[in-house]
Amino acid sequence: MRAEAISPRRGHDVIQLLIGGIASGCIYGLVALGFVLIYKATEGVNFAQGDMMMLGAFIALGCVNSGYLGLAFLPGVLLAAAVMGGIGYGIDRLVVRRIFGQPQFALVILTIALGFVLRFVAGTIWGYTPLVLETPYAGQAVRIGGVIIGVEDIITILVTAGLTLLLWLFFARTRIGLAAQAASQNQLAAYIVGIPVRRVNSLIWGLSGAVATVAGVLYASKGAIDPNIGLLGIKAFAAAVIGGFGSLPGALLGGILIGVVEPLAARYLPGGFSQMSPYILMLIVLVTRPAGLFSQIQAKKV
Amino acid sequence: MRVTFKTSYDRDIDLHESWRQRGWIALLLAIMAALPFLVGEYYLAEATNTLIWALAGMGLMVLVGHTGQVSLGHAAFLAIGAYTDAALMNAGVPFLVSFPLAGLAAGLFGALVAIPAVRMSGIYLAIATLALFVIVEELVIILEPVTGGIGGIQAPSIMIFGMEFDRYLALDRFYWLCLAVVALVTWGYANLLRSPTGRSFLAVRDSEISARALGVNVTRTRALAFGLSSGVTGLAGALMGHYIGFFNYELFSIFISINLLLVVTIGGLGFIQGAFFGAILITAVPQIISILRDTGSNWGVDLGTIPGLDTAIFAVILIGFIIYEPAGLYGRWLKIRAWFELFPLARRDMFRRQKTYLKTERMR
Repeated sequence: MRAEAISPRRGHDVIQLLIGGIASGCIYGLVALGFVLIYKATEGVNFAQGDMMMLGAFIALGCVNSGYLGLAFLPGVLLAAAVMGGIGYGIDRLVVRRIFGQPQFALVILTIALGFVLRFVAGTIWGYTPLVLETPYAGQAVRIGGVIIGVEDIITILVTAGLTLLLWLFFARTRIGLAAQAASQNQLAAYIVGIPVRRVNSLIWGLSGAVATVAGVLYASKGAIDPNIGLLGIKAFAAAVIGGFGSLPGALLGGILIGVVEPLAARYLPGGFSQMSPYILMLIVLVTRPAGLFSQIQAKKV
Repeated sequence: MRVTFKTSYDRDIDLHESWRQRGWIALLLAIMAALPFLVGEYYLAEATNTLIWALAGMGLMVLVGHTGQVSLGHAAFLAIGAYTDAALMNAGVPFLVSFPLAGLAAGLFGALVAIPAVRMSGIYLAIATLALFVIVEELVIILEPVTGGIGGIQAPSIMIFGMEFDRYLALDRFYWLCLAVVALVTWGYANLLRSPTGRSFLAVRDSEISARALGVNVTRTRALAFGLSSGVTGLAGALMGHYIGFFNYELFSIFISINLLLVVTIGGLGFIQGAFFGAILITAVPQIISILRDTGSNWGVDLGTIPGLDTAIFAVILIGFIIYEPAGLYGRWLKIRAWFELFPLARRDMFRRQKTYLKTERMR
């Protein structure tokens, strides 16, 4: 590449692409965090996480938009997160707990089916036409040295970073977080030391519902939402796999990688490759490092 | 209760326990073969569809039911089979050559993918197959000269030795063709399961560690199962292409993969019969729903205005089966049969599921 061919304008374009990519990558990362939460605590994968994000976005819309409850933005979102937390807890308490102790892939199929049900519920309540969440920062932008950055992008990045830190502290420092890790590493041993494994699992499902709501609200602030945005979950999977399932910073990094690669591929590669790029990236990582970038698999010493 | 008196060790691995069973199967085949004379065009088309789904279901059953690997991307292999067959036939290759080639192409692709994929366990494999599906879908759009891109492709009508097997002009012959393929594959599948290869599939499913200890090459076995599975699914895809006639990439959506998974889980994991039960269910439920819609509108309840109801009903059925009857329809049938055979002696706990405590996969 010739250096003089890059005009300053074009350099700005790339930076703008990168920042937009990081912001959308943060959303993938947040959904991936939801997967990782449940995986870390229950060793199961919730394939309905994308649909939980979708439902969270719609509940927030129901709380905030003037046509519905019309609450102020922040209390409305907090209420939605609380409601989604309850729904997550309920899903585990009423459905997932019934297949407790069965092979993992039963949970895979169960959560896929749950995703369809959630999509149907959202479609019946809010309809299938795209809706827009009313945010106080919609359409505002900041200009830093010739680069225009949307406020929603900045908020997305900051919120994601904060939430990841909080979740990491939760798992590393709090009693419930440690109990959840213990429950996933060895259920029987966790029972023996007195951890209420089932209740901890339900709590984690609730927590992941709340995280999904935050992801949904951030997603909704970048565009319209409809019941099919849950399919974003597939990309978030790729993010979680790239980072290594079970690693919180890994999930975030995987999400950002995908978010950055996608717009770059759309710009510099022939059409069609940008949709494929996250998965190609994921397959490359899987082939070269089957356990992801932040490997969680450790050989046990006997 | 019937007891079979075995006079030689070979009878332990016989395909059928008694002549009685063989008689039942012959009767079933005869009825199936006579179906075009018994039912109308509409039901015959539905029966053909069911057979194709059963074939695809058997393909996935090898993988999920008998080797214990979950694939969420089997629609990709259906697509490869359908496109290979249609593209070859459009290039002038006769059906008798292009059909096995379609299966071979899907199978080879599956085995190729399997080499890295089999190193992954459970969930990683499921997600990798999902990614594979998305990649194949995009490739179909990109490879427009062969696949017709977004516009789609026409599967030409089948000619074998001057006889036409078209889905619309000669539905009864197309039905017999599908029946013959399904019967052959079922026979091969049942025989595979009593061969050392089939037994090693089961060993890998039940415990990878003990399979390895018994001298089974786990990686090769899993790759072989993946290749076989995608090959059979590719055959089903080729037939599906002919059944639909004109198709594009949208025919092989992610929902097809999930429906296939539904077929094997609801039908009964680990039983060949399960694939058939599941296929019957998956083709019958949309019909039942449409009948319900009609009766509902007669009673003044308009179900037709609720979009996405079909998928939601499918999902609820699936959840119900996973929670209450993980052994599927065929498992339920086995339980009912055992209850009658043992009549006063059957106990509830005979089919109690073994619960296991989970241990992390992350520390081995």
